[in-house]
Amino acid sequence: MKVLVTVKEVATVEDDFEISGTEIEETYLDYDLNEWDDYAVEEGVQLAEAGDDVEVVAVTIGPERADETIRMALAKGADRAVRVWDDAIEDVELLDVETKAELLGAVVEAEDPDLVLSGVQANDDSFGATGVALAEEIGFQWAAVVNALDTEKVLDEGVASVRRELEGGVEELTDVDLPAVLTIQTGINEPRYASLRGIRQAQSKEIKPQSLDDLGLDASVVESSLDVTAMYEPETESDAQFLDGDADEQASKLADVLREKGVVGE
Amino acid sequence: MTVLTIADHRRGDLRDVSFELLTAGRELADAVGTDLHAAVISGNVEEFADDLNREGVDQIHTVEYGEEFNHDVYAQAVTALTEDLGAEFLLVPNSVNGLDYAPAVATRLGRSYASDAVGLDYDGTLEVTREMYGSKVETTVEVTEGPFVASVRSGEWPAAEGVGDADVSAFDFDVDEDAVGSTVKGFEEVGGGDVDISEANFLVSIGRGIEEEENLELVEALVEATGATLSSSRPIVDNGWLPKNRQVGQSGKQVTPDVYLAIGISGAVQHVAGMKGADTIIAVNTDPNAPIFDIADYGVVGDLFDVVPALIEEFGGEPPSV
Repeated sequence: MKVLVTVKEVATVEDDFEISGTEIEETYLDYDLNEWDDYAVEEGVQLAEAGDDVEVVAVTIGPERADETIRMALAKGADRAVRVWDDAIEDVELLDVETKAELLGAVVEAEDPDLVLSGVQANDDSFGATGVALAEEIGFQWAAVVNALDTEKVLDEGVASVRRELEGGVEELTDVDLPAVLTIQTGINEPRYASLRGIRQAQSKEIKPQSLDDLGLDASVVESSLDVTAMYEPETESDAQFLDGDADEQASKLADVLREKGVVGE
Repeated sequence: MTVLTIADHRRGDLRDVSFELLTAGRELADAVGTDLHAAVISGNVEEFADDLNREGVDQIHTVEYGEEFNHDVYAQAVTALTEDLGAEFLLVPNSVNGLDYAPAVATRLGRSYASDAVGLDYDGTLEVTREMYGSKVETTVEVTEGPFVASVRSGEWPAAEGVGDADVSAFDFDVDEDAVGSTVKGFEEVGGGDVDISEANFLVSIGRGIEEEENLELVEALVEATGATLSSSRPIVDNGWLPKNRQVGQSGKQVTPDVYLAIGISGAVQHVAGMKGADTIIAVNTDPNAPIFDIADYGVVGDLFDVVPALIEEFGGEPPSV
């Protein structure tokens, strides 16, 4: 069985930052593995540990810098990785969902996995759409916002028996035929830390670069239908009364508020 | 040109976002100068159609099929209806179910997709306002190629009210059963447990700022000193540090205490959805720009590891050393 896990290197923003045009200035950005994808990687690795002959392949769309992120997936147990990049992608400010689905779809065609795991969303652009759009693109079944997956059923019966986390503490129990794409919610498992041994081993695992040409795509695939026209910090609407002073003074004022509201006695 | 919105329902009830979509849809239809259509799929569609018949809605389409949401059925029905109407503007909820069919519909129709809209403007082209980087920035995104699909964040538009005079009609459509590859087996309530945080009148709620599981001891000491009930934001439950029945937010519990003391919680929109009904919100956070301060009545900009021990002492407790 082959499991493909889509991972994204996401930009995280420092508390204080500046915007230049329609982008946050590079000096205020750090890069990290997308939180949701970390859970997807773990789910893939757990499947490999539970089954015989399960290969886990990580795939990302990103520049050479993203090798660092994808090595985290390799260090946690993915067998090998594919990184899609091209000068034509470099020039695009915001990759739309359709483009990401087409790029990843070409990788799926080449790899022919039984199961694709993808984070529910990325914490930078927050589209929450790539996994389901990918499933539609490649004709796979799918399930979105999965917070439990029955490993045995996947391995033994070829069915993804999942729980989907709905709003308000309700879960939906759904069976999806394979091949399928599942978008993975945080909390489905406990992502492992990469061990030193894993980090060492990751150095010798393959990260295969793939250009548009390699994937049989032409540059028109990256034409985005979305154009970022403005970026700004949302106006603060706070009318909170701030309790000033050092920690002791703040605590004292806070205690007064709690007493005043009648929720704590003397 | 038509604006079409798709209702969301669960276990016999339309969800609030269905009515919010009508408001967003009406505003967009007015800007474009066109009609607003709404559709409801599965469940008791006639009853739902009655409820959706609010001011400003021109036409309601019902699709009878099963009781509950199935994304394959929704994807087929929404695609077919959108094509049948020639609807240029398709608005769907950015709910868990919306996430489960809208991207497929956009792909199937070959349309642009902008998700989680908090604003929609139309002046010849569509501009969608979205948040990025965990709500730290807002962006406006122009959809350069129409028609389009947009998913709309719940709680951003008021619910449509009043009684409308829309025409209601059944959309005649045969579901391709062979293309239905998912089967909904049932539903389950999660996170019962010993404590019902939705009944508490004073919640001390902890978030990512607590950093380590061992540090929970500090908040527990505060809870003990004040007689509060302990709750948390999602990451604490994801980490397995507290059980699911303590989680406040969209996918957890909705709470309405007299006082909600949010400690080390940044105020992500999913969390705020669960606690904004509190009478008094107090937030303790090191980041003065944290979104939690936008909805707080009282704010403490400070390190919880300094403020919480001092607060425990205020109430005669003994802070643990963490």
